[in-house]
Amino acid sequence: MSVRRLAPKELQPASFEFTAENLAWAKAQIAKYPAGRQASAVVPILWKVQEQHEGWVSEPAIRAVAELLDMPYIRVLEIATFYTMFQLQPVGKKAHVQVCGTTPCKLRGAGELIKVCQDRIHHDPFHVSADGNFSWEEVECLGACVNAPMVMIWKDTYEDLTLESFNKVLDGFASGNPPKPGPQNGRQHAAPITGPNVLKDVTAKDKV
Amino acid sequence: MLDDKDRIFRNLYGLHDWGLEGARARGAWDGTKAILDKGRDWIVNEMKASGLRGRGGAGFPTGLKWSFMPKESDGRPHYLVVNADESEPGTCKDREILRHDPHLLVEGCLLASAAMGAHVCYVYVRGEFIREREHLQAAVDQAYEAKLIGKDNIHGYPFDLYVHHGAGAYICGEETALLESLEGKKGQPRLKPPFPANMGLYGCPTTVNNVESIAVAPDILRRGAAWFAGIGRQNNVGTKLFGISGHVNTPCVVEEAMGIPFRELIEKHGGGIRGGWDNLLAIIPGGASCPMIPAADCQDLIMDFDGTRAVKSSFGTAGVIVMDKSTDVIAAIARISYFFKHESCGQCTPCREGTGWMWRVLSRMVEGRAHKREIDMLLEVRPRSKATPSARWAMPRRGRSRG
Repeated sequence: MSVRRLAPKELQPASFEFTAENLAWAKAQIAKYPAGRQASAVVPILWKVQEQHEGWVSEPAIRAVAELLDMPYIRVLEIATFYTMFQLQPVGKKAHVQVCGTTPCKLRGAGELIKVCQDRIHHDPFHVSADGNFSWEEVECLGACVNAPMVMIWKDTYEDLTLESFNKVLDGFASGNPPKPGPQNGRQHAAPITGPNVLKDVTAKDKV
Repeated sequence: MLDDKDRIFRNLYGLHDWGLEGARARGAWDGTKAILDKGRDWIVNEMKASGLRGRGGAGFPTGLKWSFMPKESDGRPHYLVVNADESEPGTCKDREILRHDPHLLVEGCLLASAAMGAHVCYVYVRGEFIREREHLQAAVDQAYEAKLIGKDNIHGYPFDLYVHHGAGAYICGEETALLESLEGKKGQPRLKPPFPANMGLYGCPTTVNNVESIAVAPDILRRGAAWFAGIGRQNNVGTKLFGISGHVNTPCVVEEAMGIPFRELIEKHGGGIRGGWDNLLAIIPGGASCPMIPAADCQDLIMDFDGTRAVKSSFGTAGVIVMDKSTDVIAAIARISYFFKHESCGQCTPCREGTGWMWRVLSRMVEGRAHKREIDMLLEVRPRSKATPSARWAMPRRGRSRG
């Protein structure tokens, strides 16, 4: 299992407060579940918290979520440390790069992408680069095995990467103009690179 | 090759509108009310007759699973939970349904829920599928807007559908871990019995099904069980999404008939093995937890449940990882063992400790620092760590209980 701890005290902010918009959003989430089952909303709400707070979950934020959901603090802390998409320390301002390193991606060159991260960002994962703009980690399967190797940055995936196109993606984030997400080699999503060889006759109008 | 007219996922590559209008033009939401009006017994029987086996890996007959739900409610609500937590390396194919044909899933949720007396359904999408989740949510919103679902809808069956998500835990693809996660806890599997059909989400009767199993249901019910059962071979029928990753010339996801020969799948859709057929070393047929099949057994391999079992492997989700002769196969397996070490939920000792232990041995093997006797030791330890409720790599077997 992955053992994860909260960031040290000196990195923790003094407090956390939901924005009005996010609080309303959180309440709408809670309404999805039966009365008394508000704890079900804990993962989506922690995710929103992470979005609101520079891409990571802080200790005061965990307390705020516990209070909102009427859960013991320890239960929310458990969730935050168990689910590995919750970042528990500061991440790069412009991009936190998640490189899929599992076997299907590794077979197609994920190891090279990790070397790029080590050279360009920081030798070790979860460390913010010297300029504070980038950080990276190796993750366990992002679900795009047929578009390997690939990375995820914030909400989008960049797929079918080569050393060259990956460097371009990083350049794009550095200059504030990230490239279009999806395959970086011109492919149509999960179709073969040579173009779809099935479903060629399907048009929007045709009906079974 | 499967005829295009027999394909269910007609927007697999996202070339067309994935929204309500596009989905309707491709046949979704057509005659849904007529199907519902035939009643839950008809739906369950039709699903049984179609021979559909769960597409999440275990291959349990879907219609039979639906029939396990109590016929009458004892006052507790019934739930359908859809498992969209595909996160095992190599397995991934539901992503294409979620982002390009979400309405088939939404419609399937309504039909499956009606067949089980459920008025509420949750779709549990893995945390990493953020854009996919947005598409699904948009499709759900469209369906509410058009009164296709909701408390007061044109189908006359009150039904609410909610999209839920995780945050990066492979174990939540195991159905009881998924239910724990949906209740707002750590995703740690429950002991069975009680089975979810009697005591699942919030202690209520629940059925957990894979995305693909649910998304193919509307087409099966529209076109008839005989159509679906007529594709493939006995006990292994229907169409199936195949994912081809690794050392092939054109990796892709494609819908094909069950029972397609492996070689045909690779040559027609995967563009052939990199460096030619003779350069094949081995494959992992259905996700990282399936035993590897060496090249010699791939020559005549039939891609379905029984075909993969015949070579002592398993079908999984039909996401094939192909490895050519340049592969350091021990390193490939070591990486998989690292995955399982990382994703162990930590509940049972043999898995929590054993996965790390196996990874360390395999890592030494990669570096050439292992003893020969450790090969036997690995073989000996592996079955022992299966002693926990359900384990393959000493991990809870997600496949066994997935739809």
